[in-house]
Amino acid sequence: MLDFTSEQLERYSRHILLQDVGVEGQEKLLEGKVLIVGAGGLGCPIGLYLAAAGVGTIGIVDCDTVDISNLQRQIAHYTADIGRAKVESAKEKMLAINPGVTVRTYQEYLSAENIRAIIRDYDFVVDGTDNFPTKFLVNDACGMEGIPFSHGGILRFDGQTMTVLPGESACYRCVFREPPPPDAVPTCSQAGVLGAIAGMLGTIQAAEALKFLTGAGSLLTDTLLTFNAKNMDFRKIRLTRQKDCPLCGENPTISELSDNVRPACGLQEKSVRQACDAGH
Amino acid sequence: MQLMVNGKAEIVEGDNISVADLLAFKQVESPDMVSVQRNGKIVDRQRYAEQALAEGDEIEFLYFMGGGARR
Repeated sequence: MLDFTSEQLERYSRHILLQDVGVEGQEKLLEGKVLIVGAGGLGCPIGLYLAAAGVGTIGIVDCDTVDISNLQRQIAHYTADIGRAKVESAKEKMLAINPGVTVRTYQEYLSAENIRAIIRDYDFVVDGTDNFPTKFLVNDACGMEGIPFSHGGILRFDGQTMTVLPGESACYRCVFREPPPPDAVPTCSQAGVLGAIAGMLGTIQAAEALKFLTGAGSLLTDTLLTFNAKNMDFRKIRLTRQKDCPLCGENPTISELSDNVRPACGLQEKSVRQACDAGH
Repeated sequence: MQLMVNGKAEIVEGDNISVADLLAFKQVESPDMVSVQRNGKIVDRQRYAEQALAEGDEIEFLYFMGGGARR
């Protein structure tokens, strides 16, 4: 068992007080490793809360730099950060909250070539990307490596999330099969998003990561949690693993990772390799 | 025909209603952005027009949700 310092006992006292977390749960958090894909609208609150919670090692992947249009929702980035690498900006704020955690940054594109080597070091992956090729890549790579992850998506006033335990619960491909045709996507820069939606969904994903590490409660497995913030309707839609899932079904057709999926979100002109994995 | 659509009871007039018909009836703007779950089973996207619905089916429209506003 870790020897908690008196500073740690104070810092994490509100976790330690929780019956479902306690000293043991906090120890699991301090020993936990979580990778956040995307340091944008979802990745920012996820990173801040995981750092605050004392998750010992937190990785962040994002190749992008901070733009003024990000600041409406990407709350780890400040006006003075415009032009800085998002991973560096996020790391600085996370360490300012909690210098006791380690933040690893990956300012690069996630691709079929590098994703498995990156995620292999982590206990849990949180997807905060804004594009479908990367969402499918994260799902497939986590499935192949057997690493649990949280899917998250936001659009306008809506959000959705599910937690996937590979081999045990429904995966993203069980539900969505393959990326939508790019011309069908009314998302991203055209559609907009209410800034606080990113916080609503990101903090749900952060809570799932903390629950996974501590073992507290039950996860959003075999469940798509959706909400519409216009009327604050929340729904849990029951999902099941699909026998004909191309990744985790009875006769899987996907045995290798591919970047060669239909890109979305304004990335039609670029290959996925060139596209940035920035979050929301 | 009575269905449960996205958790709500829905009466749809007519027989031989397909998934594609229901998507049209519900005025889903871009069916390419929706996965349809029928009684717990994801319907093959290529079969929306031929997949018939039955009384009491529980249908969920599961929307692709990728990203917010990219700059």
